[in-house]
Amino acid sequence: MIIAEGKPIKEILAMIEPYDKILVVGCKGCVTVCSAGGEKEVGILSSALRLARQTQGKSLEIKEVTLERQCDTEYLEPMRPYADGYQAILSLACGAGIQFVAEKFRKHPVLPGVDTQFIGVTEEQGVWTERCQACGSCVLDRTGGICPVARCSKSLFNGPCGGSKRGKCEIDPEIDCGWQLIYDRLKELGQLEKLEIVLPIKDWTTSRDGGPRKRVREDLKI
Amino acid sequence: MEKFEPTIIAFCCHFCAYTAADLAGTMRLQYPANIRIVRIPCTGKIDVRFLLEAFEKGADGVYVAGCLEGDCHFLTGNLRAKKRVAMAKRILEDAGIGGDRLEMYNMSAAMGPRFAEVAREMTEKIRQLGPSPVKRGKTVAQSDKQALPVRSSE
Repeated sequence: MIIAEGKPIKEILAMIEPYDKILVVGCKGCVTVCSAGGEKEVGILSSALRLARQTQGKSLEIKEVTLERQCDTEYLEPMRPYADGYQAILSLACGAGIQFVAEKFRKHPVLPGVDTQFIGVTEEQGVWTERCQACGSCVLDRTGGICPVARCSKSLFNGPCGGSKRGKCEIDPEIDCGWQLIYDRLKELGQLEKLEIVLPIKDWTTSRDGGPRKRVREDLKI
Repeated sequence: MEKFEPTIIAFCCHFCAYTAADLAGTMRLQYPANIRIVRIPCTGKIDVRFLLEAFEKGADGVYVAGCLEGDCHFLTGNLRAKKRVAMAKRILEDAGIGGDRLEMYNMSAAMGPRFAEVAREMTEKIRQLGPSPVKRGKTVAQSDKQALPVRSSE
């Protein structure tokens, strides 16, 4: 899922400074799972914003809403009837959701309540780590299911760098060396010979480096 | 100048803190009337939202009282509460309310005097800090929630 983190309250307060009637909208997708922008976080943030405004002697009216998702037009429509009553929309969805709201609700300034960080997994309750960088040309079959782009700090493609030390990365000793993980996994699978296949220079045009991407399924288009 | 009487909400767990409060009563111990006790089954039920809402509704101070660490009736409820109280303190600090208006205390059911002591301690501390920065006497601005008038004691 997409992992995001709530922005500091002070930053959000500065963003909403010109407004006294806002819509705070969460998302029941990824940001709920990583506890950054779900119903609970909408509630907590709204309380904090109201409290902060009240200490300044000013009021802040907030409508708290949590949509199923913010990345599909149909899921944004439920907001249509009441959105006009508010001066701005503060969205706690991932960057994709926030932007879609901005596209579909053209009269409203749409503000980000979270920093969208990475595609990752829940390692344990309360801990989320990066696994995928959406490079667009997956090589997981050749690396035992461990991604050299996302899990190697240098995104190396053919083995560890000289800094790999006791299975940890030289960039950050808290991080496992991605290539150590790949080696261990391929060994576990009995597929070490896959390491002998030289992965060619990566074509990054399928990644963000090639510009904003698009995927189409012609058979699904109406 | 009239003395400021703070309004303090105490979320007390049924098994320890609330029982300690009850014992304080049975022992006829005196403690400030500023404390409004909310009984909860375990401090593990505490959610950051309750703590913030208490301040939104005009509380000058809030504390969470649970079992002694290691003795929680539900094993780790009070440990979860500890972390949530810490999170709420940070949020209150960022919001300008002040993290020191919220505290967590631990006590056993037998500690009636400790309950009274905590009540006195918290009341004095909040008295020193003064009324909550959320302006008193005015209707607290709410979202879809019903507006509640905030009263200061005369």
